[in-house]
Amino acid sequence: MQTPFLLQFINLLAALLLLIAFAMLTQRRILSLINLFALQGAVLSLSTFVVAFSTSQHHLYYSAGLTLLLKVLLLPWLLHRLIRKLNVRWDVETLINIPTTMLVGISLVIFSFNLAAPIAQLSEGLTRGLIGIALASVLLSLLMMLTRRKAVSQVVAFLSLENGLFFAATSATQGMPLVVELGIALDVLVATFIFGIFFFQIRETFDSLDIAHMEKLKDD
Amino acid sequence: MEKYQLLFAVLFQLAQLVLVVVFAPLLTGWVNQCQAWLQNRSGAGVLQPYRVLRKLFSKDAVIAHNASPLFRVTPYIVFGCMWLAAAIIPIIAVDLPFSMAADVIALVGVFAVARVFISLAAMDIGTAFGSMGARREMLVSFLAEPALLMVFFTASMISHSTQLPVIVDTLAHHQFVLYPSLAFAALAFLMVLLAENARIPVDNPSTHLELTMIHEAMILEYSARHLALIEWASSLKLFAYITIGIALFLPHGIAEVGNWAGLPLAIVALLLKLVLAGAALAVFEIVSAKLRIFRAPEFLATAFLLAVLGLLIHFLLGA
Repeated sequence: MQTPFLLQFINLLAALLLLIAFAMLTQRRILSLINLFALQGAVLSLSTFVVAFSTSQHHLYYSAGLTLLLKVLLLPWLLHRLIRKLNVRWDVETLINIPTTMLVGISLVIFSFNLAAPIAQLSEGLTRGLIGIALASVLLSLLMMLTRRKAVSQVVAFLSLENGLFFAATSATQGMPLVVELGIALDVLVATFIFGIFFFQIRETFDSLDIAHMEKLKDD
Repeated sequence: MEKYQLLFAVLFQLAQLVLVVVFAPLLTGWVNQCQAWLQNRSGAGVLQPYRVLRKLFSKDAVIAHNASPLFRVTPYIVFGCMWLAAAIIPIIAVDLPFSMAADVIALVGVFAVARVFISLAAMDIGTAFGSMGARREMLVSFLAEPALLMVFFTASMISHSTQLPVIVDTLAHHQFVLYPSLAFAALAFLMVLLAENARIPVDNPSTHLELTMIHEAMILEYSARHLALIEWASSLKLFAYITIGIALFLPHGIAEVGNWAGLPLAIVALLLKLVLAGAALAVFEIVSAKLRIFRAPEFLATAFLLAVLGLLIHFLLGA
């Protein structure tokens, strides 16, 4: 009876992941956005740990630890430091209003659940039902990148998109090889650093982190 | 034995009928007291709602000249609806003969009847505050109602029934299962509870500030015994919502059908849950700020969204 209970627990964590993705989508404040991102990382790490325990795959323990270190501690700390330095604590401006965004989000969830249903039939893992949730959280992060105007929240959306991909990998295919995972982790870390430098550049050029100003750059 | 079973069940139902109406103000008093403690005030004590009721019942009612009979009967209708709702929710044991009178969908209907009457009565006198309050109440509740229905649907899908006793029995006495869909439903339900009971993020029950009040604006014209009945009905409504929450999301410890030996334990469990739920509600209200009225639709849209997500998750994961 032990494995089904663990499966239920993973299902619960997956649902939490989706919930956090929605919370990020509807969040107005940048500080809470980063805290939610850290929470998402924590849930992801816990679920990876539980998958590792229930399928006894030892390399997943490493990726759980890596997730904890990188996405719960290091990246949120970096982002916090960044917004303190940039002095951006304003409310996030969204392009479409939040109830509309939520409705679009719901239809994305329905779409991805339907899309994932046939894929889940092909997989043989215990956790195959979760592909739909992983896909939904990836699409929700994508939606968040589209609807946000400020660069910082777009970066948070990008990082949370990576979280969704990572969850899809652990739930559908029992995780990627450790080398690939390390590579992705490094990529994300470097990307955050580069984004940080970009933020300063953007602000220096336009006096604002609003992406809309970048439209001036094109040739007429 | 069968005969006695039914007799006991009816007696038990009558006992619950009396107990909820007597103890509902106590819960309101407890929530207020917790809030007072959290705000570093000494508070008026958990018995304050009873004192208010006694004071109001001993006064003479004043009614506006142009009040129609609707205005006079509304407090009784509202009180009756809330009493019925609170009485048919399985809180201690699952065999309640009267609960067959209304399943969860009808329960939502019972709340709606009370709401329609209190809004009509608020508009009846023709004061600006009354109609403003009524319109705002309708704005909030027409968004809260579908969310509440969705929460009930999620629980009904799990237990394949819309009867509350069956739902509670399935959740409490069958094999323990973690339901991710219910986690979503619980969150949505909490938001609906706050909105429907005029609690802080949507409405502030302790203020009479003109521009922000919703529920208080509707009952401004009531006095004495009418006001007492409405206050009492509000307590019953809060009690009903909290016990619905307990029944759907924390039903463990409730007595099974025919298991009378389990009753004392069930009562202790219920008391414990009510005390905790009241304190949690107070904490939640303290840490959140009141929303602008135009943010209320967004708050309730979120509740609806969470409930729909719970339903979708139930379809995807089958749990």
